[in-house]
Amino acid sequence: MDSVRSSRDAGRVKLPKAIKILVAGGFGAGKTTLVGAVSEIEPLRTEETLSDRGIGVDDLLGVEAKQTTTVAMDFGRITIGDDYRLYLFGTPGQERFWFLWDELALGALGAVVLADTRRLADCFPSLDYFERRETPFIVAVNCFDGARTYELDEVRLGLTLHEDIPIVLCDARQRESGKKVLITLVEHAMRTRLGAASPQQDAKPATDQTAAR
Amino acid sequence: MSIFDERPEPQWVGEEAGPIVRPYVLTRGRTEPSRGRFDLITLVVTIRQVSSREPGLEPESLAIVRLCLQAQSVAEIAAHMNLPAGTVRVLLSDLLDQGFIAMQEPHSETDMHDERLYRAVLDGLRAL
Repeated sequence: MDSVRSSRDAGRVKLPKAIKILVAGGFGAGKTTLVGAVSEIEPLRTEETLSDRGIGVDDLLGVEAKQTTTVAMDFGRITIGDDYRLYLFGTPGQERFWFLWDELALGALGAVVLADTRRLADCFPSLDYFERRETPFIVAVNCFDGARTYELDEVRLGLTLHEDIPIVLCDARQRESGKKVLITLVEHAMRTRLGAASPQQDAKPATDQTAAR
Repeated sequence: MSIFDERPEPQWVGEEAGPIVRPYVLTRGRTEPSRGRFDLITLVVTIRQVSSREPGLEPESLAIVRLCLQAQSVAEIAAHMNLPAGTVRVLLSDLLDQGFIAMQEPHSETDMHDERLYRAVLDGLRAL
């Protein structure tokens, strides 16, 4: 899968390394808003035309016979010096596009699951997916106007979130808030992957014994 | 890949008409790039300048070569070209074969254990 074929770039041009972060969550949870708040470009939209991947089809006849679906994803970009470029992808919310998630999640630094306390259950599929795939993720609770505010511990309990998973409040419209979310994620991904003893910044684990999803 | 097929003159319909061909026509029916994975965040940069009279290049390929004078991700190219990413991948693999572009595939998951990467990203985010 990881057959890196970049023979043509050797010695000619130095390209930055691209990193991707996924922003998941239910429909209307504020994914594109969060991407737009931190991105240096207006969020762009790309469309993947999906078909039964993996079968080498070379002729139009085969193409016609295949089921194709078009899925749109919004994404943004953050340039980190000369060496790195961060791309943030809002994942398509619909469950039936999980095979696209697999492609997206491959090589991702981590994921932010945006939770809307009015529809908490909407982010269950995302949590399940990243837990199963072992992609480092955090939960960001988007504080919508008019939504009842909950204690983070309550939300953690409601999501039966493992105590190691950071959970933060955010306002997806605010750049500073989005920054904080991303920093929390990168720190968490670093701890998860490297086991590095980076500064303890997470709140004390709640008293949720439920765990073990 | 055939190079002797007939191409319509690009001017025969106004720009306002929108896309007049389906994406698969651009790729001559191919749905997979001939080589390379072309992840959405694979970065592409033009390494050979091209004239608008370059034989054998579709207007879309020409536009990609121009767009990538500054490095772009596959996702950005697809968005700017208003083409599905799958179509762009096929066009890119042709351009790669023809030596117009260079690309850099992103990290594999095993590369995600480089502490410097995390430190650099954290510093960059904090400085935003």
